[in-house]
Amino acid sequence: MVLSPADKANIKAAFSKIGGQADEYGADALERMFVTYPQTKTYFPHFDLGKGSAQVKGHGKKVAAALVEAANHVDDIAGALSKLSDLHAQKLRVDPVNFKLLGQCFLVVVATRNPSLLTPEVHASLDKFLCAVGTVLTAKYR
Amino acid sequence: MVQWTAEEKQLIAGIWGRVSVEECGAEALARLLIVYPWTQRFFDNFGNLSSPTAIVGNPRVRAHGKKVLTSFGEAIKNLDNLKGTYSKLSELHCEKLHVDPENFRLLGDILVIVLATHFTKDFTPACQATWQKLVGVVAHALARNYH
Repeated sequence: MVLSPADKANIKAAFSKIGGQADEYGADALERMFVTYPQTKTYFPHFDLGKGSAQVKGHGKKVAAALVEAANHVDDIAGALSKLSDLHAQKLRVDPVNFKLLGQCFLVVVATRNPSLLTPEVHASLDKFLCAVGTVLTAKYR
Repeated sequence: MVQWTAEEKQLIAGIWGRVSVEECGAEALARLLIVYPWTQRFFDNFGNLSSPTAIVGNPRVRAHGKKVLTSFGEAIKNLDNLKGTYSKLSELHCEKLHVDPENFRLLGDILVIVLATHFTKDFTPACQATWQKLVGVVAHALARNYH
């Protein structure tokens, strides 16, 4: 899977529009993931996962920051997320299937909060971007 | 058999009652073909699928999208007997259409996103969860008679 120049432009533009709300998008995506795919909660036994949880908000901020970083370095996502990739391989070891689930939830968040942003073309580019991020984060698993 | 709570049935009916089957169906199928272009393999005879604009405007895509989502409506009317409802369609997709069931899951995810763009804040996390469950069981029912 390759990100075309058009994809990269779409990705940068999308995250520019999301702007300072990225933190909320991250938290919203996590909340939706925990509700929609309860098995994902198994990675957070140490968290309060109730509605409005400060821990979920905080973690959503981290997730969003990583996505923004990747978007800002879309020509070298592997480089930009190298440390995070190490962390997921060595410590977190989140099963690869879960990145797709979070990706779906992130797209739903964009759809609910900024539907006009999610044209079919941008939808395609963001889906590819989220796949690429997931691939990078699991690249060193074995 | 899949169980549906009263709340889930409400969340399904509440959304479905406000859906334009023609519009949402067309949009969902178009997005499937755009976001996952390999799915175009089933539609070689649909004419111009050369760009997102061509796909969105393609009358055969629109018509087929409407057909698919109309069938989805049948599932919603028969939530307690999805197996029976989709038995023949499952055989058809296996024996005649030769569609990999993974495509049902892809279309289901796309449909959820289309609904999210239409219903925005009304598409709450609980709503999303219910609809992801619904598209999952529909996909499962469609794959059930594969051999």
